[in-house]
Amino acid sequence: MALYSEKVMDHFRNPRNVGTIENADGIGEVGNAKCGDIMTIYLKIDDDVISDVKFETFGCGSAIASSSMATELIKGKPVSDALALTNAAVAEALDGLPAHKLHCSVLAEEAIKSALKDYYDKNGIEYDASQFPDCENCDHCEAEEFSIALD
Amino acid sequence: MKIYADNAATTAMSKTAIDAMIPYMAGTFGNPSSLHSVGQEAAEALNDARTRIAACLGAKPREITFTSGGSEADNQAILTAVKIGARKNKKHIITTAIEHHAILHTCKKMEKQGCEVTYLPVDKDGLVTAEQVAAAIRPDTCLVTIMFANNEIGTIDTIAEIGAVCQQANVLFHTDAVQAAGHVAIDVNALNIDMLSLSAHKFHGPKGIGVLYARRGVPLATLIEGGAQERGKRAGTENIPAIMGMAAALEEACAQIDATAAKLTPLRDRLIAGLAEIPHSILNGHAEKRLPSNVNFCFEGIEGESLLLLLDDKGVAASSGSACTSGSLDPSHVLLAIGRIHDVAHGSLRLSLGEDITEEQVDYLIAATKDVVAYLRGMSPVWRDLTTGKREFIL
Repeated sequence: MALYSEKVMDHFRNPRNVGTIENADGIGEVGNAKCGDIMTIYLKIDDDVISDVKFETFGCGSAIASSSMATELIKGKPVSDALALTNAAVAEALDGLPAHKLHCSVLAEEAIKSALKDYYDKNGIEYDASQFPDCENCDHCEAEEFSIALD
Repeated sequence: MKIYADNAATTAMSKTAIDAMIPYMAGTFGNPSSLHSVGQEAAEALNDARTRIAACLGAKPREITFTSGGSEADNQAILTAVKIGARKNKKHIITTAIEHHAILHTCKKMEKQGCEVTYLPVDKDGLVTAEQVAAAIRPDTCLVTIMFANNEIGTIDTIAEIGAVCQQANVLFHTDAVQAAGHVAIDVNALNIDMLSLSAHKFHGPKGIGVLYARRGVPLATLIEGGAQERGKRAGTENIPAIMGMAAALEEACAQIDATAAKLTPLRDRLIAGLAEIPHSILNGHAEKRLPSNVNFCFEGIEGESLLLLLDDKGVAASSGSACTSGSLDPSHVLLAIGRIHDVAHGSLRLSLGEDITEEQVDYLIAATKDVVAYLRGMSPVWRDLTTGKREFIL
């Protein structure tokens, strides 16, 4: 389908790092079922490095591909790199996403940040709260007027 | 295996339709409005097509107006009723919550122009009753517009009863029959239909051509000005090849309605039974009062777009009412109207079968869907929460 780039389709068809991690050092879950996408990220962190990362995603093709790409981008990287990952970097690595699918890459960034925050909280590590998204008060899930449906 | 199971979106053109069109592209190219014999040859063809299409609906030729398709016909029908109603200060429209957007958006537009619209709720199967319509009719009602068969869930409404109620109340009755024409027997007189929309590409005809049937005595409002074509009600040189293709396709489809239904219904029900084996799934639409070609399911814990993409990889072309496939954040208004909540409506799948579907293909559709649903559930945090009891099953 021409809707997505080859890269998106590759990560959608062959998602990397699918699954869960037993006793993960950090777990982040963002999105909600009402909106149609949920991402969960599991992190294993050793010596300040993301030694392993897994994801589970309920969502569309670009949500699955964004999760997969995001996990690839942070695997084996220092925590500081993971924290600096932006949605734009995820979208760019996927050779772009359609405009109305960009929120999937936002979700991937937020899921990783949420897992890192969980890691900091669990380990009593101090952090700057402003670095993390405030999912509860974000309006990206606010429903807009339905406009297009099945023909 | 390649299976095109999206015939509610559009159908492949039949050989009959293509063969009927070619002479009017390769040879008889005239403008039916021209006085000379080249033009008059085209005019004769146009009359012939109009007569044959009218016969398929139990209508008279002069009651058939050619449009660019179902959406234009729907727009014109509503504007017609509003224009007629305005003479007697009747500004109330009755419709349902599950209409096509060609109806719903036009109704919204009419609301902005001072009309009041009642959107009748439907039951869990997508049905609206004649009693609901009767109760909603007011002295100022100018139109009842209710679709014949729903494009998403395939439910066929009780059009005859609704038509009778409208006739008794002397209110214009329009039906969007885009999904029904050529698939369900339609006699506009027996069903008391005053206006009806149809679209050729839903019954193996060409795209970009449709019909608005309007009972004699219902003066159509004009959407497109500029000429005397279609008795001044729809300007623009007629698309003769498309009209000829539509006439041929409709005749062919109507001649086979019973045979097609007899063939498709058991295959549809086999598909429904097979998909119902998937745990935590539900059929959308009425089990019996539905188009012989339509199957629509919700599967809990997955999202429809991923389902479609993976089915496409397996050679299956289908569609979904999920938000992600619609380009908006809300899933299908039809699924929401029959009581599916957002979480579940996102995981919907519509398979609309073609007349050439085989039992082997149906079994492949079942197997492919089962595989993909299981795979997507395997990576879904929602499914994990459902199976571990953190979240309660809805289906």
